[in-house]
Amino acid sequence: MPLAQTATTVPVVVDDDLCIADKGCTVCVDVCPLDVLRIAVKDDGTKTAYMKYDECWYCMPCEADCPTDAVTVNLPYLLK
Amino acid sequence: MDEILDGLTQIDCDILVIGGGTAGPMAALKAKRKNPEANVVLLDKANVKRSGAISMGMDGLNNSVIPGYATPEQYTKEITIANDGICDQAAVYRYAQECYGIIQELDEFGIRFQKDQNGEYDVKKVHHIGTYVLPMPNGDTVKKALYRQLRKARINIINRFMATRLLTGEGRVAGAICVNTRTAEFLVVRAKAVIMGLGAAGRLGLPTSGYLYGTYENASNSGEGYAMAYHAGAGLANLECYQINPLIKDYNGPACAYVAGPMGGYTANAKGERFIECDYWSGQMMQEFFDELQGGKGPVYLKLNHLAEETIAEIERVLHIVERPTRGHFHEGRGTDYRKQMIEMHISEIGFCSGHSASGVFVDEHARTTIPGLYAAGDMANVPHNYMLGAFTNGAFAGLDAADFINDVDYASFDEGEVEAERTRVLAPTKREDGIPPNQIEYKTRRLVNDYLQPPKVTAKMELAQQRFEEVREDMETGMYARDAHELMRALEASTILDCAEMAASASMFRTESRWGLYHNRVEYERDDDNWFCHTILTKGADGQPVHKKQDVKPYVVEIAEDEKDAYYKQRVDPSSVAAE
Repeated sequence: MPLAQTATTVPVVVDDDLCIADKGCTVCVDVCPLDVLRIAVKDDGTKTAYMKYDECWYCMPCEADCPTDAVTVNLPYLLK
Repeated sequence: MDEILDGLTQIDCDILVIGGGTAGPMAALKAKRKNPEANVVLLDKANVKRSGAISMGMDGLNNSVIPGYATPEQYTKEITIANDGICDQAAVYRYAQECYGIIQELDEFGIRFQKDQNGEYDVKKVHHIGTYVLPMPNGDTVKKALYRQLRKARINIINRFMATRLLTGEGRVAGAICVNTRTAEFLVVRAKAVIMGLGAAGRLGLPTSGYLYGTYENASNSGEGYAMAYHAGAGLANLECYQINPLIKDYNGPACAYVAGPMGGYTANAKGERFIECDYWSGQMMQEFFDELQGGKGPVYLKLNHLAEETIAEIERVLHIVERPTRGHFHEGRGTDYRKQMIEMHISEIGFCSGHSASGVFVDEHARTTIPGLYAAGDMANVPHNYMLGAFTNGAFAGLDAADFINDVDYASFDEGEVEAERTRVLAPTKREDGIPPNQIEYKTRRLVNDYLQPPKVTAKMELAQQRFEEVREDMETGMYARDAHELMRALEASTILDCAEMAASASMFRTESRWGLYHNRVEYERDDDNWFCHTILTKGADGQPVHKKQDVKPYVVEIAEDEKDAYYKQRVDPSSVAAE
């Protein structure tokens, strides 16, 4: 029973230029109640936070606690 | 991160508090202050800094009993009536007597409450009878203030571990089995007392948006407290008294009559007319909401567009910053403005939650469950309508009682085989080559909940639900598939949600009457005070299926006059009085 690769838009958007995950920051990943954010390594080898799992309560600790205002919480498309 | 690792560690503590939202931190603080030598561990599936229903804060105390505005007797009476009489008043009365002290403590933590020009608490009337709502204009600071206290008190915090089963032995609690949500490694915690503050079963019904996490409750509150209590053999009370709320449609957050109501906002029908006298949430009020929709007078709206600009600005300032701040983003995206149009509301999906209704693990006025050494507080414990201040106050009661309980006991011995059996159960979805992902098991369970359990309740539909849940359980136990530790957490939640769905159906079938307005509207049965003026207690039977019994409501501490009993059933606005306004 193979699994499909169905695309989905994600509500949490991270501005790579502002994100300081490369300096070791993981605040947004740490505070998320649903644990849906992770740190990715970009093509140039630097790191940035991103939303890995589309399981968002649009509650906003990630946006509120980000030290550089890099995170924006949009409403999930299904309910916006 | 998320790679599945093999591991098992065992630790010991005096008091294990599971759940770091609202009740849990207060329980931990109170226990530690009373017994500074005690080793208190606070464990959370998420991160205590931002976990639980008040992750971003709270805009007010909905049920505060403040001298000069209300008395414990008045409050106990009001909640008894709001909860249709089924209420062991001792717990409500104790809460009402002691919550003012908790408010003062929270004030000292730096959580400020609204005060008037004389420096007195500025309490508002929202309930049908009394005055209990205290706004918190800077309620966005709650979690931070709590966290500071936890650090100061040197509470041991363990984040990102999900408790999956309680351990029992010698007729009392022995600890809990937990699994790391990012590595799937196990942690067995032996404890002399366990306090559960795991929140509502908020991922039970499916929101009409179809988005699994677009729930009213914090979506991480998936009902583990209910499932763990059930599997450990504790009694659960009145689960048929579902939580159903009047919410902003699609956004699925509170319309916030508690904020807007005292400033002149109200719930209206499509003509903009008020149809209920009181916007305080109760099953009786939800029945009126439902009737208005059924009568073709909907949609139902939150009406603010008659208010002055400065009033609306103040409402926005509170609603768009505290509790659910993305509400502002939502209205911006929709182009809706409180000044210009009414905001469409709807009836939420069902859940279990004593914070707003009365479906919870049975507890007494000390927050003790039916298992010695095991406590429950907050949304998951059956003190009716206890809200955030109830979680804090009953959490405090649990912590204080547990601090004494551990003085007289050592660790209870338990069957080591239970740990091995639980590891096998938990890891099963990771041992398959492929199968059904947890989100599909969860989606199917929850849309069946909507199809068959959403009130009005019909016996034949609930029987169908039970059959279909059995089929999903078979699929889950033989075919659910998790690829990493994160998916495993979702798989465990899917299992919990299915447990809760089965309990919801079973409890609703048992009570063959209607009660609590829409919450338990069984179309084939009228309210029946002769046979059903009682609690229903659900436990796990020897065959693994729920068994039910009736339990007497304890004699009232505060008497309710005959003509007051149905006050909450008299909420519909009299059309002649509207015309006269």
